[in-house]
Amino acid sequence: MTATVKKLREGEQPMHRTEVVSGAKVGMTFPGPVIALEDATFTIGKGEFVSLIGPSGCGKSTLLRIVAGLITPTGGQIKTFGAPMVAPRPEIGMMFQRATLLEWKSVLDNVLLPNTLAGSVTRADRVRAIDLLHLVGLQGFEFAFPRQLSGGMQQRVALARLLNSGAELLLLDEPFGALDEFTRERLNLELMRIQTQVNATIMFVTHNIQEAVFLADRVFVMTPRPGRLAAEVKVDLPRPRTIEMMKSPEFNDITFNIRDTLGGFI
Amino acid sequence: MTEVAYIPPAPKPKGIPAWAQHLIVFVSFITIWELSVSNQWVSALILPSPFAVAAAWWDLAIVKRLIWDDFAITLTEVVLGFILGAAFGTTMAVLSAIQPTFRRLVSPYMVALQVTPRIAVAPIIVAWLGFGMEPKIAIAAIICFFPIFINTLTGLMQVDEDRMEMFTSMRATRWQVFRHLQLPGAMPVIMAGFKTGISLALIGAIVGEFVSASIGLGVMIQRFSYQLLLAEAFACLIMLTVMGLLLYGAAAVADRYVVFWKHDTLLASFSARLRAKYADLLTGSRAQAQPAE
Repeated sequence: MTATVKKLREGEQPMHRTEVVSGAKVGMTFPGPVIALEDATFTIGKGEFVSLIGPSGCGKSTLLRIVAGLITPTGGQIKTFGAPMVAPRPEIGMMFQRATLLEWKSVLDNVLLPNTLAGSVTRADRVRAIDLLHLVGLQGFEFAFPRQLSGGMQQRVALARLLNSGAELLLLDEPFGALDEFTRERLNLELMRIQTQVNATIMFVTHNIQEAVFLADRVFVMTPRPGRLAAEVKVDLPRPRTIEMMKSPEFNDITFNIRDTLGGFI
Repeated sequence: MTEVAYIPPAPKPKGIPAWAQHLIVFVSFITIWELSVSNQWVSALILPSPFAVAAAWWDLAIVKRLIWDDFAITLTEVVLGFILGAAFGTTMAVLSAIQPTFRRLVSPYMVALQVTPRIAVAPIIVAWLGFGMEPKIAIAAIICFFPIFINTLTGLMQVDEDRMEMFTSMRATRWQVFRHLQLPGAMPVIMAGFKTGISLALIGAIVGEFVSASIGLGVMIQRFSYQLLLAEAFACLIMLTVMGLLLYGAAAVADRYVVFWKHDTLLASFSARLRAKYADLLTGSRAQAQPAE
C-alpha cells in the first residue's frame, strides 16, 4: 500500500528514496483509555534524518517504540523495510536518554553486546568494535568500565554499541537529553558526521526545537491530548551543517514556524 | 531489607595515628573491665576478669587443646548449613523469578516460613535427624535460607526497564536476558543476602547445639555456664566471635570480587589486565583504521 503524507505545512515533497518506515493511521490507545497516539501517517526514506518534537505526552516516544517493534499499535499499520512490523528486527536499533550500559562489562564488551547476543565474538568483531569506538572518539577507553566514564562518554559507548548492531534504522529517544549543552552540541555534530559515514536512517526524539531543526532533514511536530502528528517541516539547510547555520534567517524561520505550530501546547 | 547496613569510613584522624587510637580505646576498655572485677564492683562469679578469660582460653586452646575440635565441628556445621541454605534459597528464587506461576504458588509458604520463629523448629529437627551434625546443618540452612531467597528474588526482579527494552530490541532470548542482564544486575543484592545469611547460619548452628549435642562451641558454652565456669564460657564465646568475623570476612571478600564493578580500585586493575590481554587488538585495529582516514 502507499502511505499518504500529511501536508499540513508547505515545502513537502513526495519521497524519491526507498521507504524505510511508513505508517498509515497508526494509533495507540492504552487501557484507561489513554489515547497516546492517533492517526499518524508518514513515510521516512533511506538515509533521512527525521526529528520528532513536541511537549511531554505528545506520543513521540510511543511512536518510536512502535517503530522499534517494542509495542504493537492498536490502530493502523506500520511497515519497516517494506514489511509489517510484528516484532523487533535486527535492522532497527534503539538508544535511550540513559546510556543503559552494563556496568560489569568493559566498554569494549558493551559495544560487543550485539555480537554476544548473536552467539559468538570473533577477533574480527573485536577489531571492528574498537574501530567503532575510535569513530565515536573513545580511543584509549576500550578497556575502561562504564562507571569510570562521564555521561557524555557513556552515550558515546551506547552509540558505538548501536552502530555495532548493524542497524540501518536508528531510533534515538532523547539520546543526549541528560547531557550539558556543550557536550550535546558536540555529540550532535558527531552524530551527523557518523550518519553520513554509515548512511543510516535516523528518527530522533527531542523536545529542543533548535536541536530538532539543526539535525534533521524533516521535523515531525507532534501535539498532545491526543498525541498527533500535527505537521511535517522540511529543513532545507545544506549539509554538512555547522553551528553558524543556527544564526541564519532560514534556521530562525523554521524554528519560529515550529514554535507557532506548537503554540497552544507549550 | 535488601542491603546490608554499611558503615561509612571514618575521616582520616589527625595527630595520633589511627592504630594508636584503637589501641587506646581497647586498653581503656580492658582496664575498666579489669578494675570493675578486681575492685569487686561486679562479682567475679558473674563477670570473670579479662585476665581470667585469657588464662582460661590459654588453658583450653593451647595447653589442653580441647576446643579446637569443637571449633572445627561448629564451623563445619555453619559452612555446610550455609551452602545448603544458599543453594536452596537461590534455586527457589531463580525459579520464582522466571516462572510467575511458581512464584504465586510458593510465596504464601515463603511468608509462612518467614513469620514462623524458625528457632522454634529446632527441637523438631533434632527429633527428626538425631543428635549428630545433620540437625545443626539443617537448622543453619533453614535460618539462613530466607534472606538469601528474598534478596536473590528482589535482585532478579528489579530489572531496569530501559535495559530490558534494549535487550528486547536486540531480540535477546529469555536465557540471554537472565544471563547477561538479570543475574549480573542482581549480584550486589544477592551477595548482600549471602553476607546476612552466613551470620544467620552461625546462629542456626549454635541453636542446634543448644538443643542437643555433645560437641561444638555451643555445647561448651552451655556446659561451662552450667558449671559457673564463666571465664571458660567467655573463652569459647570469643572463639565464636572470631569464627563469625572469619566467615563474614570471607563473604565480604567474595562480594568485593564478584561485584568488582562497584569498586574503583579493582576496576583500575581489571582494566589494566584487559588492556594487556588484548594489546594486539589495539595495534591491529589502528593498522586497519589508518588507510581509511
